[in-house]
Amino acid sequence: MRLEPKPATTSAGLFLYPAGAIGATLVFASLLVLVAGASPFNVFWLVLKGAAGSQFAIVETLTRATPLIFTGLAVAVAFRAKLWNIGAEAQLYIGAVVTVVLGTGAVALPSLALIPLIMVCAMLAGALLLLGPAVLKTRFGVDEVVTTLMLNFVILLFVSYLLEGPLKDPMGLGWPQSKRVVADAQLPRLIQGKRLHFGFAIALASAAIVWVIMKKTVLGYEMRAVGHNPEAARFSGISVNLVLVKTALLSGGLAALAGFSEVAGLKGNLTLDLSPGYGYTGIVVAMLAVLNPLGVVASAIFVAGIFVGADSMSRLAGVPSYIAEVMVATALLTMVVAIMLTRYRIRWR
Amino acid sequence: MEAFEILLTASFWVAAIRIASPLIFATMGELICERAGVLNLGIEGIMTAGAFAGWLTVYWGGDLWFGVVVAAWSGMAFGLLHGVLTVPLGLSQHVTGIGITLLATSLTYFVYRVALPEVSSPPKIEPFQALAIPGLSQIPVIGPALFNQTPLTYLAYATVAAVAWLLYRTPAGMAIRAVGENPAAVEAQGISVTALRIAAVMLGSAMMAVGGAFLTMSAFNSFFFEMINGRGWICIALVVFGSWKPGKALLGAILFGAFDAYQIRLQQVMGGVIPYQFFLMLPYLLSIAALIAVSRRATYPKALMTPYLKGER
Repeated sequence: MRLEPKPATTSAGLFLYPAGAIGATLVFASLLVLVAGASPFNVFWLVLKGAAGSQFAIVETLTRATPLIFTGLAVAVAFRAKLWNIGAEAQLYIGAVVTVVLGTGAVALPSLALIPLIMVCAMLAGALLLLGPAVLKTRFGVDEVVTTLMLNFVILLFVSYLLEGPLKDPMGLGWPQSKRVVADAQLPRLIQGKRLHFGFAIALASAAIVWVIMKKTVLGYEMRAVGHNPEAARFSGISVNLVLVKTALLSGGLAALAGFSEVAGLKGNLTLDLSPGYGYTGIVVAMLAVLNPLGVVASAIFVAGIFVGADSMSRLAGVPSYIAEVMVATALLTMVVAIMLTRYRIRWR
Repeated sequence: MEAFEILLTASFWVAAIRIASPLIFATMGELICERAGVLNLGIEGIMTAGAFAGWLTVYWGGDLWFGVVVAAWSGMAFGLLHGVLTVPLGLSQHVTGIGITLLATSLTYFVYRVALPEVSSPPKIEPFQALAIPGLSQIPVIGPALFNQTPLTYLAYATVAAVAWLLYRTPAGMAIRAVGENPAAVEAQGISVTALRIAAVMLGSAMMAVGGAFLTMSAFNSFFFEMINGRGWICIALVVFGSWKPGKALLGAILFGAFDAYQIRLQQVMGGVIPYQFFLMLPYLLSIAALIAVSRRATYPKALMTPYLKGER
């Protein structure tokens, strides 16, 4: 068999292949549901209802999508330049640490000044955290996959130390958790009395800004050029290393916003379970969006819906909620195949 | 006990080899994949699947060695998936590898919950017991460390020898090395690049899964979530550290095991002064340091991460 580049993709193909990927994911998930002893139709109906069947469900889904939009954008930006940032989890936690350090009384400012200050500092911390692996890659040729992955473990242990040491809440009854951020550092709720917070609006704005950067600026063009073919980019006078460093700063900063928004908008304080792997799920979100910043919003809401829906389904149908993770991982793999099929044709010979 | 005296105790070296054993399997597995030109970032998930598959087989009444075989099969299945996605379809090895890790891990957790819906604390099995090799195990310090281990550790040594023999002494191994350097030349000899690479990835993934199974069947006696805890990623660093050679990679794994065993003991000596989290960070920081140390002179297999697509050129 061999692959042939397609001259052009029909618009029907652009829709059909991803639909096929979702279909294949549902078939595989159905088999697992059958193994677990439940009816697939009932289970999927419960997932859908749990994700979007009520105002409560929709608010939950959008709340859960918020950190995924940030980490998804971080991954999309980096992968576009073929900078394999698998460390969004660590960058998220560093953003959260900065938010807690500045937001629990260290700085006394009115809300309108304090929140932007924390945001900027959190982004800086996340950016600096990815700067290390980026420089190691450009200077010494150290593979950034391993370094960013290792830093996830290092940073989580560092956060664990902070929560048992310097940042421990003395009123926390011995739990490893930080103090709560002051009222001025908290993001307002978007709907009174609901969990959906202003972080969601910041996430949407970030997606729009990243879209502009990617599509309308020189940096965006250079990132795509470097990702497409670094040799050709270098030949045409682009400083590949500089572009990679800029990409790293942007990507790390975006991932850190996820930690900022979870603490300042939702949880109020830092614990070790702040993120159930949002950094890793961000990879799936970005790939499902074909690395398009606006697509990230849609795919983050889709993935968040699967998680939220599966949680409520699990309680009702007794199928383990890990089915959500399996579906998301399967969707990632089937979607990369679907994307390939929009560009290539398989010839069996 | 002083920080230095630790190094002279037999129990330290026994622990070092025990900690190194799963890394030896998985590092050899990753080495085979990369030598054939395929980066396998599915390693963390494949180890999780292997740890669970081996443990579940024994828990359900299977023989320990049959458990090892089942673990290897589970690895091969994910290896086949990774191979098909990356070799004939030429998809990004980074992305599919991460996808395989997410899929294998979540599938394992899902099956665990389906198979054992009601348990709160993970059930135990009777794991492999240490098997002293008569004579050799009597040598002071070295003896118990190398020759009073469980049979799976001996299998790990054998795996290194087998991988070295395969790569350097057999036609198949020569083809594997060649396909990681120059696939077009291999194709020209009438060997299918696709079949060879997929076979190498399946073989390597089977070894990774047995490495995971070591944890549930030889080191601990139970399966826990997140028990692989980054060991797979460390093996990827070890392959670079060993510059894609089985002997050097083995040395790296043992050094790493010694370092890890040392930090655990150092923690008991110095634990009051330095918070324990900093000791736990050391293995990961060491991996990064090792990568930096060797990366300047690292000679990657030339075709690593570049798919070979006929008709592409």
